[in-house]
Amino acid sequence: MFKKSFVVFMSLLLVLSMLFVGCAKEEAAPEETAPAAEEAAPEEALKVGFVYVGPIGDGGWSYSHNEGRLYLEEQLGVETLYKESVPEGPEVEKVMKDMIDQGAKAIFVTSFGYMDYVVNVAEEFPEVTFMHCSGYKDAPNMNNYFGRIYEARYLSGIVAGLKTETDKIGYVAAYEIPEVIRGINAFTLGVQSVNEDATVAVRWTHTWYDPAKEKEAAKALLDEGVDVIAQHQDTAGPQQAAEERGAFSIGYHTDMKDTAPNAYMTAPIWDWGPYYTEQVEKIMNGEWTNEPYWGGMEDGVVKLAELTENAPEGAQAAVDEALQALKEGTLSVFAGPIYDQEGNMMVEEGTEMSDGDMLSMGWFVKGVEGKIE
Amino acid sequence: MAIIVFLNAAVQAGTPLLFATLGEIMTEKVGNLNLGVEGLMLMGAVAGFEIGLVTSNAYMALLGAAIAGAFGGLIFAFLTVSLKANQVVTGLSLTILGTGLSGFAGKSLMGKVVPENVGHFFKAFEIPLLKDIPILGQILFNQNIFIYFGYFMAVVLGIYMYKTRWGLNMRMVGENPSAADASGININIYKYVHILAGGALCGLGGAYLSLVYVPAWQENVTAGRGWIAVALVIFSTWNPNKAVLGAYFFGGLDIIGFRLQKFDISISQYIVDMFPYLATIIVLIMISMRKSRENMPPEGLGNPYFREER
Repeated sequence: MFKKSFVVFMSLLLVLSMLFVGCAKEEAAPEETAPAAEEAAPEEALKVGFVYVGPIGDGGWSYSHNEGRLYLEEQLGVETLYKESVPEGPEVEKVMKDMIDQGAKAIFVTSFGYMDYVVNVAEEFPEVTFMHCSGYKDAPNMNNYFGRIYEARYLSGIVAGLKTETDKIGYVAAYEIPEVIRGINAFTLGVQSVNEDATVAVRWTHTWYDPAKEKEAAKALLDEGVDVIAQHQDTAGPQQAAEERGAFSIGYHTDMKDTAPNAYMTAPIWDWGPYYTEQVEKIMNGEWTNEPYWGGMEDGVVKLAELTENAPEGAQAAVDEALQALKEGTLSVFAGPIYDQEGNMMVEEGTEMSDGDMLSMGWFVKGVEGKIE
Repeated sequence: MAIIVFLNAAVQAGTPLLFATLGEIMTEKVGNLNLGVEGLMLMGAVAGFEIGLVTSNAYMALLGAAIAGAFGGLIFAFLTVSLKANQVVTGLSLTILGTGLSGFAGKSLMGKVVPENVGHFFKAFEIPLLKDIPILGQILFNQNIFIYFGYFMAVVLGIYMYKTRWGLNMRMVGENPSAADASGININIYKYVHILAGGALCGLGGAYLSLVYVPAWQENVTAGRGWIAVALVIFSTWNPNKAVLGAYFFGGLDIIGFRLQKFDISISQYIVDMFPYLATIIVLIMISMRKSRENMPPEGLGNPYFREER
């Protein structure tokens, strides 16, 4: 008797849990969003697809692209499709083809590792427009686009440089790739523009996403006496370390004020919405070209998040001044003279680094303590 | 004293591994191989965080995490003990289920932080007297309550497994279920109880990550630690006391790279990440070479028990 009712109970439990999982799946992966307002749609309704490498809930990279998608919907009333957590492998081709089957005429593919697959699919579907983020290959119907986040990092470096009392700043970084190195260099140049003695110590984590590990890297830095932590990572782990130790921090991707209220000062952040809107408008008007895009502060695609009360006095003024100069073109982050760690002149006075050199940057500027493996 | 600071941090980094390893030891000791540790940890992480957020009560949060882990254990036990499903497949699907569930339940938690009083509950404090032990005192006895609970669990589990009748019975169920059955031990009850308790421990391991280690919600906070725990069980030869050493050792390995980079000694992180598995393989080889009964995996591990076939 007991046994029978037990089995019945367990089966019920199992069925219920399956149901729950079923619901969960349905809710967790909505691939299609409701069509937006009709009136704004042009004669030929355009469907736009988005491919994300992580979950929207990462609060970082994919989140920022999704914010851009929502902005686009709101501005133009176009219909969008999206797919989260798509691995950087052949699978992405299927995802893109699915989107084309569903009527997508333009697709934003938002991670470096998709590049070659986008090229393949672009060849197969010449009538569809592809925009690939952070890569370097293109095709007649495919461009690549990215933002000069290093400009925002330069500004955040100013805040850190003014804040530090030990003249030692920590930087938790993911991988030794040009994008990250460029960011560290720009940050350091920002620091040194206001505080010549300060140095920036770098720790590599070799992961984009591991909150615990990122926190440990920050803790190691704090144990060495740094009092400001910056990061090129996708989670708020380093912010937590700073919060716990009563130090200060610079975030990345999004405003991390709530995660570390006593530490967080500001963050370099992305704002893709205006660019996405502009591109889709161009496609609708038939003016789109495959010109590569690398926008900076003046376009608003990269920004510095609002400074919190943890930021030092005078930081706002210093940031505003530099921002103004960046926008007007009187200031360039990688303008000479710039020396590398050994003191060799890398960029001569009066010259500026070319985009090509920036994109392949593989050395640290003077003042960075760390090694590129 | 950089080394003491480092070892202190190593204990913290090893604690989630310790809980998960102890949980998996309990599960494997009754003969069931649960590869769903990662999933159980994530279920515990999200449940502990959510409940901690809603109730602002650390005890409730811990209880919630343990129950969530035990719930995962229940699914596993029902499928593998009652229905005698394949343990490997069930465990793997539990990983996927747990990852999905925690991601789904965590959608609304994004960017949320552990309430202040819960955070305060998990603040490190020194234990009087013990803290004065040279070196060890500052490494082991200047930690938070969760870590002390970890020591306690390891010791209790060691005593339970090797010094009590229930522990003997439990090991017998894992080694030779037919003999245990013949001697009047209720196999299913033993399996259910230990798998559920093991799941609860895994859930607590996950909750340590979401409540204490990184006290803000981050999706997939375990980042593969559940798998290291599975390897650690073998490394510690199914012994809870060795599991303590193993967990802190691997915890230290996980973070040592950051401390060495300062001295311009760079061990590639890929080597460091590989090490737990490498060490496990070495231990496996050593076990099979020395053929010591004590260090062998439970004989009935991975096999469903059919009474009719005994």
